[in-house]
Amino acid sequence: MSLILIIEQILNGLQFGVMLFLMAAGLTLVFGVMGLINLAHGSLYMVGAFAAAAVAGATGSFVLALIASLAAAAAAGAIVELVVIRRLYARDHLDQVLATFALILIFSEGTRWLFGSFPLFLEVPRYLSGPVTLPGGIQYPLYRLAMIVIGLLIAAGLFWLIARTRIGIQIRAGECDREMIAALGVDISKLYTLVFALGAALAGLAGALVGAIQSVQVGMGEPVLILAFVVIVIGGIGSIKGALVGALLVGLTDTLGGVFLPRFFELFLAPASATSVGASLASMLIYILMAAVLLVRPLGLYGGRT
Amino acid sequence: MGRERMFNAAMVLALVLVPLWAWMTAEPFIITLATKVAILALAGVGLNIALGLGGLISLGHAAFFGIGGYAMGILASHAQTATPLMEWPFLIEGTNQMPVIWLVAVVASALAALIIGALSLRTSGVYFIMITLAFGQMLFYFAISWSAYGGEDGLSIWVRNEFPGVNTLDPIQFLAICYVILGAVLVFAARLARSPFGLALSAARQTSERVETVGLTPFRLRLTAFVISGAITGLAGALFADLNRFISPTMLSWHTSGEIMVFVILGGVGRLYGPVVGAALYILLEHLLGGVSDYWQVFLGVLLLLIVLFARGGLIGAITGREVAHD
Repeated sequence: MSLILIIEQILNGLQFGVMLFLMAAGLTLVFGVMGLINLAHGSLYMVGAFAAAAVAGATGSFVLALIASLAAAAAAGAIVELVVIRRLYARDHLDQVLATFALILIFSEGTRWLFGSFPLFLEVPRYLSGPVTLPGGIQYPLYRLAMIVIGLLIAAGLFWLIARTRIGIQIRAGECDREMIAALGVDISKLYTLVFALGAALAGLAGALVGAIQSVQVGMGEPVLILAFVVIVIGGIGSIKGALVGALLVGLTDTLGGVFLPRFFELFLAPASATSVGASLASMLIYILMAAVLLVRPLGLYGGRT
Repeated sequence: MGRERMFNAAMVLALVLVPLWAWMTAEPFIITLATKVAILALAGVGLNIALGLGGLISLGHAAFFGIGGYAMGILASHAQTATPLMEWPFLIEGTNQMPVIWLVAVVASALAALIIGALSLRTSGVYFIMITLAFGQMLFYFAISWSAYGGEDGLSIWVRNEFPGVNTLDPIQFLAICYVILGAVLVFAARLARSPFGLALSAARQTSERVETVGLTPFRLRLTAFVISGAITGLAGALFADLNRFISPTMLSWHTSGEIMVFVILGGVGRLYGPVVGAALYILLEHLLGGVSDYWQVFLGVLLLLIVLFARGGLIGAITGREVAHD
């Protein structure tokens, strides 16, 4: 097992983690500010990917495709918030789960209706394809490196937005006491729509970025959604910092476990059974991680509220 | 007699009349639909004990449904190839006897519910929803990678399992089995809700602190409810697998969890016949709308959304005009 392989896998884990962060950030913000559990967040990821694939197909420009993914997911998020979600803030979690489950059915089947059942393809642009040589002579796909960079930049931007801007102050104030900031003259319903659209845009961007290395298809958002849930449960619901730490932990654990666990079992099992045992265990690893975190800290690493 | 009592009486009558009607028409398709409704209703009755009575919003009940299914699949596949399940430390053979399969399904899903519940119930609210969902998904991925029992493709069983004295291959007789079980479990659920345990559980849902002050442990009440709930859903899974003579990871997917929850909600949360009405309505919609459009789930989604937003008591609530509190 070479050092190069390990570094390569760490980078893959980082890339996965950063994409998970884009998903988890929206979920955790929406929960933190509005107290809403949104199962339909994965649908917004899918909307972003389909918008990007459609625009890239029509114009051939990857940058335009990314902009389209942001815009389409934000618009879908804002519309859904205005029509459905805002009726759910005062409801219990059961109603929220059901209503957003209903939204998934509508989004998934609606997309199948519009685009058909076959996956679409979104190509990595030429200037981002091919490998790049990192210090130490490691060959790594440029596109994946770009995903890491874009993700980290957005994470930094989000932290700046929350910590340093007026909107960020309002968002944090909304988490603490929504009546108070409404009394202070902040238009709380406009703020909610904005937060929801922001989370949706991040999910849509993640969908488009990942869509270029996987296929763009109906239902693509759901596995990612559930991983994002695991991320925010580990990090603590409502905490952006927790989402970042949780996302990187989950990304690295999943990627490294998938590669190294089968090899680890090869040390004392026959190769065939080592592969199957290792693969089964690797697929469960992040959930075991989650259970372990919950045993020690039931509210997650950075969580403070239920 | 209140409207809900009257409605329940009507439901009992309908539960008796539907199989009679199915038997009179002798239409295998209708009989199969009725069987499917009975089995899915059973899964819903299981979830309703956790959800309606205990207020535990579990989005991972597919785990128990799937464990029940896999219990049937594993035992029956070993019986059909005549290979032992394991030889060490002691010999375990497969079986095609339904009572044994049910017992294994109930015990296995109860055990899983005990472990998942003990971990998940340390938290509450939205954490609980996400964690049950995540554990369900963990088993889903495990089943996909478990190539010994079909992995992603699932596993077919050639002949339906046997029940002493009954010809299970005859659709109407298999329907009868499912109906008797559903009836027995409904009686059990009704008695459970009125038992001291059920009352304490309901109280723990409404005000946990008060239950604690009288010396009961809400955690223990909830865990017991979760285990009973998981065991019933597991039994339904074993029957569902026998209905289709097929198991696959789909039984464990979180869409299945969502659907079981939809049965409960369509009918009405916390009502005895809620899951029965809900499952019947769901299958009816699937059958009717599925004939109109391949994309029938869009309509289902819109309908569900309207029910959640505007008719919170579900169908039974709309008919009897009284809302049962859920929180």
